[in-house]
Amino acid sequence: MGRLVLAEGDKFAPPGVKDFFLPPIFGDVTKPMVLMVLSIVIISAFFLITSRNLKIVPTRWQFAAESVYDFGRNNIAREQIGSKDFKPFVPLILTLFTFVLVNNLYGIIPIIQFPTMARFGFPLAIAVLVVYPVYHYVGFKRHGFVGYLKHATVPPGAPTAIYFLLTPIEFLQKFVLNPVTLAIRVFAAMFAGHLILLVFTLGGEYLLLHAAGPLKPVSLVSWAFAIAMTFLEAFIQVLQAYIFALLSANYIGMALAEDH
Amino acid sequence: MVKSAAVLFLAEDAPSPVMPHIAEVILGLVAFLLLLFVISKFVAPKFEALYTERTEKIQGGIEKAEAAQKEAEAALQQYKAQLAEARAESARIRDDARAEAEQIKEELRAQAQAESARIVAQGQAQLQAQRAQIVAELRAELGRQAVELAGRIVGESLEDEARRRGTVDRFLADLDTVSAPAKR
Repeated sequence: MGRLVLAEGDKFAPPGVKDFFLPPIFGDVTKPMVLMVLSIVIISAFFLITSRNLKIVPTRWQFAAESVYDFGRNNIAREQIGSKDFKPFVPLILTLFTFVLVNNLYGIIPIIQFPTMARFGFPLAIAVLVVYPVYHYVGFKRHGFVGYLKHATVPPGAPTAIYFLLTPIEFLQKFVLNPVTLAIRVFAAMFAGHLILLVFTLGGEYLLLHAAGPLKPVSLVSWAFAIAMTFLEAFIQVLQAYIFALLSANYIGMALAEDH
Repeated sequence: MVKSAAVLFLAEDAPSPVMPHIAEVILGLVAFLLLLFVISKFVAPKFEALYTERTEKIQGGIEKAEAAQKEAEAALQQYKAQLAEARAESARIRDDARAEAEQIKEELRAQAQAESARIVAQGQAQLQAQRAQIVAELRAELGRQAVELAGRIVGESLEDEARRRGTVDRFLADLDTVSAPAKR
């Protein structure tokens, strides 16, 4: 990235969309693709190793794995889906949470420093091709075809006239917007966060290398902001992973709910 | 500088960030499904089994403690019942003993009373008999003496006549009636 700044000479080239299109490492394989594969290796290894020898009284690593598992199981899945139906969805919710979490956290890990979810294809794939079919499938299975359409688009308790407005909105939301917004939410947060970090880091670098003498120390301010933003990013990355899993569980819970 | 930067930004021939790469969509999906498979096949069942085991263990412990408590309570009840029974038994025995003692005392008293009454009666009877005997003796003696004295005074034997008239006897009978209250 410094390369870009240097190439522009004394003109500051602000980081932009181009910084998210990294050159392929080999063939058509890009850095996000490698990171994506790495993420499932990391998560699988973490859970497989820690769950190899589970004990009633947990060891330290087992406790860590249990905390993550419990968080996905109890705080997200059971809260949103309800204690009656949540069991079969625990693996899905846990996978969503850890998958998005690790791919987000890449953004602040030194050297890796690229949130994979800032590539729209990845969140889109799991939101539209996994979460979307799953919650509609369980909804249709639970309520029947017509029953589920009615369940999803005609919420009870509104005056009749309202339904002319409410039903199309509900339909649009359940069948079109929910999965797309789910993907966009995490993508946009990661994209913007990475861009902010780039701006402060590259800005500081530019100030140090190319600004007039007295302005050079200002680069420290820029880097201080970059560090502060890194902490903020860490928070947002965890939060977005939580929200992604939470909303997915919420959609499943709503599709399964007896009445709402 | 700001203007040139903006121009530069716009001039960049970068593709739209919201146009997903098909390769990434496919890779993301495959990677996710792979991870989902691993977690739902190898990870989640282990944790769920652990939770079940843990729940059972805790529940088992609680149940065991409850059973032990129940047993202890039953034993306590039994001991209490036995103690109460023993107390009742001892009270009953004590009452019986007291009643028996009372009865024995009563019997003894009655016996003693009867005995004393018998002794008194016997004594009285004896006294009565002695007295009667003495009175009879005295009466005979007195009659004889009186007649003898009278005979001496009169100078002749009045025995036959006195016997005839029963004078002495009559006198003595009179004497008896007069002195009877004094005797008692």
